Amino acid sequence: MRHLLSTKGIDRATAVGILDVAEDMADVATREVKKLPTLRGKTVINLFFEDSTRTRTSFELAAKRLSADLVTFSAKGSSVSKGESLKDTAQTLAAMGADAVVIRHSASGAAHVLAQSGWIDAAILNAGDGTHEHPTQALLDAYTMRKRLHGVASRGRDLDGLRVTIVGDILHSRVARSNVWLLEALGASVTLVAPATLLPSDLSTWPVTYGYSFDAALDQSPDVVMMLRIQAERMSAAFFPNAREYAREWGLDDERLDRLRADTMVMHPGPMNRGLEISARAADSPRSTVLEQVANGVSIRMAVLYLLLSGEREADQ
Amino acid sequence: MSPTTLLITAATLPDGSHTDILVEHGTITELGARLSRAGATTVDGDGLQALPGLVDLHTHLREPGFEQSETVLTGSRAAAIGGFTAVHAMANTSPVADTAGVVEQVHSLGEQHGYVTVRPIGAVTMGLAGTQLSEIGAMAGSRAGVTVFSDDGKCVADALLMRRALEYVKTFDGVIAQHAQEPRLTEGAQMNEGALSGELGLRGWPAVAEEAIIARDVLLAHHVGARLHICHLSTAGSVEVIRWAKARGIAVTAEVTPHHLLLTEELARSYDPRFKVNPPLRRDEDVQALRTALADGTIDIVATDHAPHPMESKECAWDEASFGMVGLESALSVVQLAMVDSGLIGWADVARVLSTTPARIGRLAGYSDPFAVGAPAQFTLVDPSARREFAVGQLHGKGVNSPYLGRTLPGRVVATVHDGYATVLDGELVDAATVAQNARVHRG
Repeated sequence: MRHLLSTKGIDRATAVGILDVAEDMADVATREVKKLPTLRGKTVINLFFEDSTRTRTSFELAAKRLSADLVTFSAKGSSVSKGESLKDTAQTLAAMGADAVVIRHSASGAAHVLAQSGWIDAAILNAGDGTHEHPTQALLDAYTMRKRLHGVASRGRDLDGLRVTIVGDILHSRVARSNVWLLEALGASVTLVAPATLLPSDLSTWPVTYGYSFDAALDQSPDVVMMLRIQAERMSAAFFPNAREYAREWGLDDERLDRLRADTMVMHPGPMNRGLEISARAADSPRSTVLEQVANGVSIRMAVLYLLLSGEREADQ
Repeated sequence: MSPTTLLITAATLPDGSHTDILVEHGTITELGARLSRAGATTVDGDGLQALPGLVDLHTHLREPGFEQSETVLTGSRAAAIGGFTAVHAMANTSPVADTAGVVEQVHSLGEQHGYVTVRPIGAVTMGLAGTQLSEIGAMAGSRAGVTVFSDDGKCVADALLMRRALEYVKTFDGVIAQHAQEPRLTEGAQMNEGALSGELGLRGWPAVAEEAIIARDVLLAHHVGARLHICHLSTAGSVEVIRWAKARGIAVTAEVTPHHLLLTEELARSYDPRFKVNPPLRRDEDVQALRTALADGTIDIVATDHAPHPMESKECAWDEASFGMVGLESALSVVQLAMVDSGLIGWADVARVLSTTPARIGRLAGYSDPFAVGAPAQFTLVDPSARREFAVGQLHGKGVNSPYLGRTLPGRVVATVHDGYATVLDGELVDAATVAQNARVHRG
């Protein structure tokens, strides 16, 4: 891999390969010394134009467990907030000898622009670009699903036949987009559920089925229910009337939780709005994978950094 | 004494006939075979297509205020090398062209440089703010003689203000050129709304935001009996609205840009901001509908919406980039590629959509019968058989934000004649001092 910009276009073998490397990385976390010397001497820069404590921390831990030198370059309080352009920032990091740049940016495509610009030669790892993609989130979600399904026998397996329902603000969700493409590659089938205002206006090219009714989707007894965070500002922009109505129609409340099979997974990329898109009981139930997702996130990010930085870098993607 | 005497031999006119063209004292003085004139600068027109001087109804020259993007001089040079002899300069400068002072300044800069006739467009509303009419009468009566009024870049969204503007410009035989974009439907919009915008996570600019304003405004124009011009029409639905309006006898004209005739939204996949433009690139179905409409006359003209930007406005993430593309240098080639080489229209139609009709909409004199003895000499000579790798070297304005860099385009302007003197010869711009001197002599 040259860069990791999106999950669109990743084939099944590559996806399974990444998940398998993550299995090896997860083993490291169980050791007394949680560290590998693999990326000693490599410099990883966390370039965060948007605040995201969780994702940033996860990448930091991943890089450190692989013995890379890691620097976090946060936009807040730096030259970036004083009007420095993405180009100047990128060229600065290149001059400092970055081997990999983990970028989180509010603009869709920012990671692509960085990778294609010629401003910097480093491996570019998309840690969330606007409302486009968040590929490591989708990878850790897939890893979590596979682990719940197959446990220690996960290596080499895909997600063939798994039925995943994703509920919430699909229109603005980079998590949903990355999951749609990756789950398709791994053989799962995806159903999207949201009010019509929060679905993209044309889904004809997406490999999904979709509907407006959460209850109707639950009637299909999905294997995975993935709840997306709902942003308060969507209410003021008239996407839905208020939080009460949203929770009633599209929230995973206790009643809906009780309709799920015992082995249905309840997923959430975090941070959660308890009482809005997910009830406290649902979030804390044995069905919930929320904390596994966080733990697996470190393994996935170790795997991706390892694949991008160890050995010979491919000439192109 | 005329600054130059020009003799063009054996050129092909838009109607397909061949002729020599003799130009003296700013005027075409003879047409026919085997003309000669001692001391004339001769251009071998064999194999060249003569077209009337191209007239752009939609150019951003950026001066005053944004001289880092373009000036009247650099934009004029870009126009001349593209075959243009007149451009209409949009009002969104700083200060805005909403007073007689600003439009006279832009007009006189154009005269002074002499590459093309620069006709300022006046703002419809003060400061383009959309709340109060600008001094339309003063601009119409100024030395600049403004006839086209537009808040381009912004839509005159207030229905009452639009009605009043349409009515008011009737007084001066002016026309409102509407940038049709419902503002609330396009807040933060980045690209055409559809399956692709959903996939790319870029905020959508729905076709209905353009079509709804056009529908409203043709009805308003009908109601008050005014002329209306629609800028950069971009959707198949807009074509249907215009077709309906024209069938009802409404006095509406419409323009399409070269880029909307050739490029589609698929280019946004690269997240390369060179392809970010307003209105956005649309679907292939829209491109086909626009081509058909231009061929059948539903769309009246091609206008460039030449929008130069400094480098840093395009070397960034898509959301952060400015909207716009430069277009003067490539317009004729793109029209040849999309419309002529595809067999949809002939060169007589090119003359109509890029010269005669835009001149008529802008009330620009001297373009109604371009290749006649006694007509002002405004024309360009094109080699349609040329193929050129379009590169930065072929851009002569300040902006290099062209979507065609790296593409092969057909056609090349060999010579452009403005007010009887050459602004382009042998495919190269005539130097600025010579052009300015010839312009001075021509003005007398």
